[in-house]
Order: sequence, then C-alpha cells, then structure tokens
Amino acid sequence: MSPLLLLLLLPPLPPIPPLAVPREIRRMVRLTYPTALITLLGYGIFFAFGLLRDLFRKLLDWSKSDDPKGYAPICPAFEDFYTRRIYHRIQDCFGRPIASAPDAWIDVVERYSNDNNKTLHRTTNTTRCLNLGSYNYLGFAAGDEYCTPRVIESLKSYAPTTCSSRADAGTTKLHTELEELIARFVGKPAAITFGMGYVTNSSIIPALVGEGGLIISDSFNHNSIVNGARASGATVMVFQHNSPSQLEELLRKQIVKGQPDTGEPWKKIMVIVEGIYSMEGEFSKLPEIVVICKKYKAYIYLDEAHSIGAVGKSGRGVCELLGVDPADVDIMMGTFTKSFGSCGGYIAASEDIIQYLKYACPAHLYATSMSPPAVQQVISAITVVLGEDGSNRGAKKLAQIRESSNFFRSELQKTGFVVLGDNDSPVMSIMLYNLAKLPAFSRECLRQNVAVVIVAYPATPVLLARARICISASHTREDLIRGLKVISEVGGLVGAKCLPAEPEKIKLD
Amino acid sequence: MATAVMNMTTAALDWVSIAFDAPLARAVVFGVHIDGHLVVEVLLIAVILFQLTRKSYKPPKKPLTDKEIDDLCEEWIPEPLHPPITEEMKAEPPTLESAAGPHTVIDGKEVVNFASANYLGLIGDDKIIDSCVASLEKYGVGSCGPRGFYGTIDVHLDCERRIAEFMGTPDSILYSYGISTIFSVIPAFCKKGDIIVADEGVHWGVQNGLYLSRSTVVYFKHNDMASLESTLEKLTHGNKQAEKIRRYIVVEALYQNSGQITPLNEIVRLKEKYRFRVILEESHSFGVLGNTGRGLAEHYGVPIEKIDIITASMGNALATDGGFCTGSARVVDHQRLSSSGYVFSASLPPYLASAAIAAVDHLEDNPSFLTTLRSNISLLREGLSNLPGLTIASDPLSPIVFLKLKKPTGSSKNDLELLNKITERALKEDSVFIVSTKRSVLDKCRLPVGIRVFVSAGHTASDIKKVSDSLQRVAALVLAEHI
Repeated sequence: MSPLLLLLLLPPLPPIPPLAVPREIRRMVRLTYPTALITLLGYGIFFAFGLLRDLFRKLLDWSKSDDPKGYAPICPAFEDFYTRRIYHRIQDCFGRPIASAPDAWIDVVERYSNDNNKTLHRTTNTTRCLNLGSYNYLGFAAGDEYCTPRVIESLKSYAPTTCSSRADAGTTKLHTELEELIARFVGKPAAITFGMGYVTNSSIIPALVGEGGLIISDSFNHNSIVNGARASGATVMVFQHNSPSQLEELLRKQIVKGQPDTGEPWKKIMVIVEGIYSMEGEFSKLPEIVVICKKYKAYIYLDEAHSIGAVGKSGRGVCELLGVDPADVDIMMGTFTKSFGSCGGYIAASEDIIQYLKYACPAHLYATSMSPPAVQQVISAITVVLGEDGSNRGAKKLAQIRESSNFFRSELQKTGFVVLGDNDSPVMSIMLYNLAKLPAFSRECLRQNVAVVIVAYPATPVLLARARICISASHTREDLIRGLKVISEVGGLVGAKCLPAEPEKIKLD
Repeated sequence: MATAVMNMTTAALDWVSIAFDAPLARAVVFGVHIDGHLVVEVLLIAVILFQLTRKSYKPPKKPLTDKEIDDLCEEWIPEPLHPPITEEMKAEPPTLESAAGPHTVIDGKEVVNFASANYLGLIGDDKIIDSCVASLEKYGVGSCGPRGFYGTIDVHLDCERRIAEFMGTPDSILYSYGISTIFSVIPAFCKKGDIIVADEGVHWGVQNGLYLSRSTVVYFKHNDMASLESTLEKLTHGNKQAEKIRRYIVVEALYQNSGQITPLNEIVRLKEKYRFRVILEESHSFGVLGNTGRGLAEHYGVPIEKIDIITASMGNALATDGGFCTGSARVVDHQRLSSSGYVFSASLPPYLASAAIAAVDHLEDNPSFLTTLRSNISLLREGLSNLPGLTIASDPLSPIVFLKLKKPTGSSKNDLELLNKITERALKEDSVFIVSTKRSVLDKCRLPVGIRVFVSAGHTASDIKKVSDSLQRVAALVLAEHI
C-alpha cells in the first residue's frame, strides 16, 4: 500500500521531449540503435534521479514556498525540471566568462561553486585557452590595424549611441554609407540595417507576410526565424531539413489546397532557408530550392547569418559559393556579428521592398538605431574584405579560413570522429550523442587549455548532443594542430571515436 | 399464347385496381372522396419529402492528376511582397552629420536637437567616451557569441551587478538590444492559458511580446485605473480557475505613445487586492523619475520588492544601447535559459556595457542632472502652454512633451500630414529638430498622434526658448485653417 501512496506525492511529471529522429538525419549523423538506446538510458537515469530529488524536496520542504499565498508559482515545477535537475549539473560548461577579446586565444575566468553547481562565483584567476567556440570567422574580433583607429574616431565624433530610432534622429551619415556598402557587397540594389540580428528576423517577417499568407521554413531554422514567423500571423509549415523534393511536394499540395479554413488561395507563399545551418555546419541546397521557388512563384528569404563574409571566393556568402544569382533570391538577410566582429543585422532586396520596409518595419521606426562605432567597424571590415583599403589582407583572411577549416575537418575525420559539416564551411560539429560525455569532454579540454562549445537539448534534438567547433582566420596552423591533439586525446578518453581511424569519405546525403 | 399473356395482364391489372379501390372506395374524408390513386400520390409526396431531408450524396473525389496540379499551380498568382509605393512611403528622415547631442549638424547647418531621448545629456560626455575607448582597445567591438558560448565578458557581469546594486534588487540580466528586452521577457513568463491585463497604449515591443506569449490578453483604457479595476474584477469574480493560473498586469511607467505616467501606487493596491503580478516597462522613466533616478518605484515611494519584473531599455537616459531586466533572483535566473532574446542572440558589445556602468556611476554621483532636467521640462511646458492649434497632452513630469492637435481632423493619416508639415518647416526655417509620432502598420495602438519634444538636461534656456518660439510661429502658419 505505501509505495503506491508514495507515488501520489510525486510532483507532476515534466514533459517528455520528442525523441524521434527522421531517417535521413539518422543516416547523416550515423546514429545507430545501440548508441540511441544507451543515450536514452543515460537520460532515463538522470530523469529518475531528478524525480527522486524532487520528491525528497517536496517531503522535506512541504511547509516552505517561494511564492506568496494566492499566487500561482511564477515558474511551475515541471517547466524548469530540466534546468534544475539536468542543466545545473553541467552548468559550469556553459556561459564561461572571459576577460579578454574573443580572439584566437582567450582568458577564461575560473569559477567555483559551493553548492553543487547551483550558483557559480567568479575568481580573479584566468586561464589562457585556445578559442574554438567564438564566431570570429575573419578574425576581426580583437583590435585590427585598419578598423580600430577608425572605430575610435567615429566613437568620438558620433558618441556610442544616437538615443533615437532610425526614423527620428538616429540616421547618421555612417548608417547611409553602411547601407550602400552592404547592398553593393551582397549584390542587391538596396539594403536596410538594424541594431540586432535577432530583431531583424522578428520584425521583418511580419511586415512582409501577414494573415492569409503561408510561410514554409526549414525544420532546422533558427529561433529568431521561428519567432518572426509566429508573430506574423501567417500559417507556418515546416519542410524536412534541406530536402528540395519534399519542399516541392509541400508547395504543390498547399497551392492546390489553399488556406485551411476557407479554401481560398494563399495570398503569398514565402520559403525561408538559411545559408549555413550552424548546428550541422552544412550548406543549404540553395540552387535547387531557388529553381523550385521560381517555378511555383514562391518568395525566397535567405538568412546568411553565418555565411556572409565567411564563404565564397570574395566572401560574398553562400550565393557566390553555390553559384546562385543574388537577383533570384528575393530577400537576403545577414548579421554583422559573426564575420565582421560587430553587432547588428541587415536586409538586402530590391529598392521598392526596402522603401516599404523603411515605412512599415517596427524595428526601424521604434528601436534605437545601430551604435555608430559598430557601424564604422562593419564599414571598415567590409572595406578590408573587398581589398579597398589598399592591401590584400581580406583575400588572405578568406583563403586562410577556407584552408584551416578544411584541414581541421579532414584531420578530425581521419582520427575517427563523426564530424558534420560540408567542405569549405567554417563550422563543424563532433557528435557525442551521450549526455554524460558532454561535460567530460568540455571540462577535460578546458583543463588542457582548449575552450570548446558543447550543445545539447533543446538547441539540438534529444539524442544528438554534440561539440561544435568554429574556426577563425586568426588561428595559425600551430594552434590548429594543438587543438587537434587535445581533442583527439580527450575524445579517446571519453569514447567519442565511433568510426575506425582513416575511414572512407563520409557521404552526407 | 398471346391471349393467355394478355388475359393474365388484364387480370393482374384488375386485381391491382380492385386492391386500390376496394378498401377506400367508400371512405369520405372531409368531404373528399378518397380514391385509390390518392393513396399513390400521397405515398409519392411522402417519399419526395423523405429524400429531401436526406444528405446529398457526394461522389468520392478522384485525386487530381499531376497535369491538373500543374495547371492549378500555373494559374495561381501571388500578391506582390510589398504594396504599391506611395509618396508617403518615400519620406526620408534627416541625416545627422555629428553626434546626436543637444546640438547637432544636419545638412551642414547646426540645429537644436529635441528629437533624441538623451534625457541626462550624456551623449558626448567625456568620462563615458573614455571608458568606451578603453573597452574598445581591450575587447574589440563585438562579443562574437551568445552568452552561453564564450560571449559572456566580465564587463557584462559587472554591469549586471552594478544595475542590481543601483536598483536595490538581488540580480539583473542584460539584453543586447532595447526593444528585444520586453518581447523576450513576456513569453518567458507567460504561456498559453495565462491571463494578462495590459494598457491599450503600450508600444509595439510590448504588443509583440504579448502576441508571442499566446496568453489571453485583455486591454484596459489608457491609464484609466477605474477601467483597470473593473477589468480585474470581471476576470477574477467567481472564477475558481483563476487561482491556479499566472496573472499579470503589464504597464509602461512612462508611455512613449502619449507621455502619461502610470500611477504605480494604484497599480500596486489593485495587484495586491486581486493577486496579480506586475511587469513594469521602465524604458523612459529609468534615470528620469525619482529623486535619484531609480525609476517609478522610487518616485511613488513603493518598495522595489512589490514590483515583480522591471524591464528597461538603456538607449534613453543611460545613453548606451541594450536593455536589462531585474527582479527577484528566481525571475532573473529563469530568464537565463528560457528567454529567447538572451539565449539565441549574440551578447551586448562590451564597450556598450562599460558605457552603461560609467553612466550609472555618473548618475549616482551627480543627481543634479535630474534637477536640471526637471527645470528644463517645466520651462518648456511654460513656453508651449499657449500654442495655436496644439495642446500639451503629457504628464507634467514627463521628459517627452507630447503635443496633440486641439481639433483632430478625424483620421490619423491627415493629422500626421499636418504635424509633419510643422516639423519640416521648423527644421528648415528655424533649425529646430523635432519629430512627430511614427506609427507602423503593424502597430495596434490607436492613441492620437502628435509631436514629441524630447527634453534633455543638456539643453540650455536659450535652446528651450528657441523651440517654443519656433513652434509658436510655425503652428500658427500651418494650422491657420484648423484652429
């Protein structure tokens, strides 16, 4: 009788996350049944222990309550079950503060905890580590001989902010110059810039597609696109990641079917894809998707957050790399955070669309304009990349990042890791699958002075936890060899080398 | 043979007619002689009526062939991505050629700038610029990563601690952009099924957050406490379920759409009576209201613990960029994993975080800025008290002096045309830079439009006299027919 009564005391069960992985993705990440089962077993053990601890907490603290009487709890117990019982155990691997610029080598601040990782405290000690986690593709993160003096000058002339939105008093000469430059760089007639990449997606998509429209977005799209699509009020459908045939099928079915409630034809259809998917490091199949969209008269929105400035012969992004004419893509979006070492986002499209967006987009009318020194940083960075500063540093950086990423990826594959990422992509992921391997990998690498990034649920599917590497143009060959040595050693200790060393070339589709 | 068949047929017919005629041959109903054929007709009518009441039979749909689908796809024509471009859409804002301080340069001319929310006059301040330069040299411009992946720089943590110290709360969390603060905070705490009561005059960022949260949102009349009380009463009266779900009141401390200030003591009284939580958006009141600039809670003498969540953008009084959210430790901790604008976006550039720390230090050391700001506001209100055709609609303490038309034309579009004429002439003829309300097509707010004059502690008495004189002159000219 008593065990059953004990069950009554259990707190409400947390929601179980989706476990299914589509077959194509499974093949790509080399997920086998034994691996999946052992990973699930690991999660199950954490879950069980978490529930047990919640039960004890309920029994011991039943009289105490954080929230005042009469109010529902501000964070219900099951909503942050994952945070309290699983994430807090490995919290020291995330959010590591640094005390230097996010360059090739960083000073990671040491932290300690007195209560089993629940709260972490900073110390004044730092460790110098190789940085394989920051988005610093072209090496503009630290001071640059061309950019930094100009940025400081613009800071003194224009102040750190304009305290005003672009439509009021926030447009300076620098902003207009940047818009012309980025439009020229990307190959479109006009552009508009915003102070944050996330807000760009969240406020442009509602301005372009409203109720009665259909948004078809890739299943692995970034959270900002998902939020923007949701805020627009249009119907949102998802097509299987990077699968042009499935996209075509979906388009045909939807055009024939029409809107769900009334059966009327859709007002407009927009397909949203990204240039590089940062969790996998692979490029989108843009040429086929463009052909399909043109055939069915759907509009294309391309999010080049990670690919602008980092891929392509002259750094113009995934269109240049895959041979797609920028005039075929209706809206090209990108951010300045990754390759240009600044902050903010832009949209490049035809002049009429940009004129309309300047009239209708809420971020342009209400949000503070981009900080002038950050604008100057982007202008100088693009000038360097285009070679217009009179040197060939830009071309050297682009060649460097291409060679370094290809070298790193092929060496990792030779060592026996399952590595995701296309050729020429500066982002790659090492599959670790098992939740227990993640903190071991991260902590041991840190002990050997290499800073890596680990990603688990909810940023990736439950069974597909991984470590993600971002290569920078400021990494030298010695840095990369050092990084490879440490990762290989730690990967062996942790048991992440799933494939035999020196395998045949892994097929990615 | 044929005759036999004929005989049989006639015999059958005779039998049928006898059968029909016989039983009713003698029946007389209502003076109508019932014959056999009447029975048949009645039966037929009954069958017809029966069939009419049945559902119509649809033959099963044959799936469309590929050719048919191709033809349908050919026929479908989408709407263009943008509506036709009108003259109104082509208007471009003026381009600044220097910092947006109290005086700025537009088109080579020096103008008096009343269009930047530079309330404490910190744009161009030397201490802040020095701290930014030091930060730029040490950390570069961008932080190159989200907070979880080596984008946390020690200045971010210092800034969070400094703001929490200044506000008197346990902790605070930094966001990388002002407007994304509120629309990331609301969905982190409000989910489907929760109840939110919000003011109808909140700005687009708040509206977007409310929409993304998927909770039930009820609006009350702008800054009207009686309307708020009746809405709260209606929602909680007799509603047993209300106890188990989270309930919030969302208000702005200083509304940027109208310049009104929310009566916080009333809100706290109502919140405690009906057991709601308060989310207070302090973008324009942080660093402005209260004796030391600590915001609306200090202004009304309300203990800061009574406000559950406070958010603010640092792009106004603090003259930097980004935003923060502060509250109890639980509130702040929860956002570090579930607030999308924090988790999925790159962190604030480090030089802006050090500018924020320098600004807060400056404000704490020199509360005289606030007295200067207040005297400037009252001086300006005096100068604008007798404008032809325009009336002041904002609160006496608000640094956004909101002027609306005494006689609105009836449509926002026409009102805006008139107001834009005033602001354009003021800039061109008197070198005074003021702006009118900007309203996006996606904005649900229906408050009246007007001219906004942003007062700064950096303005001098002569600047204020200039703008009052200019508005007197231009308003009289433009609104001559509308007074």
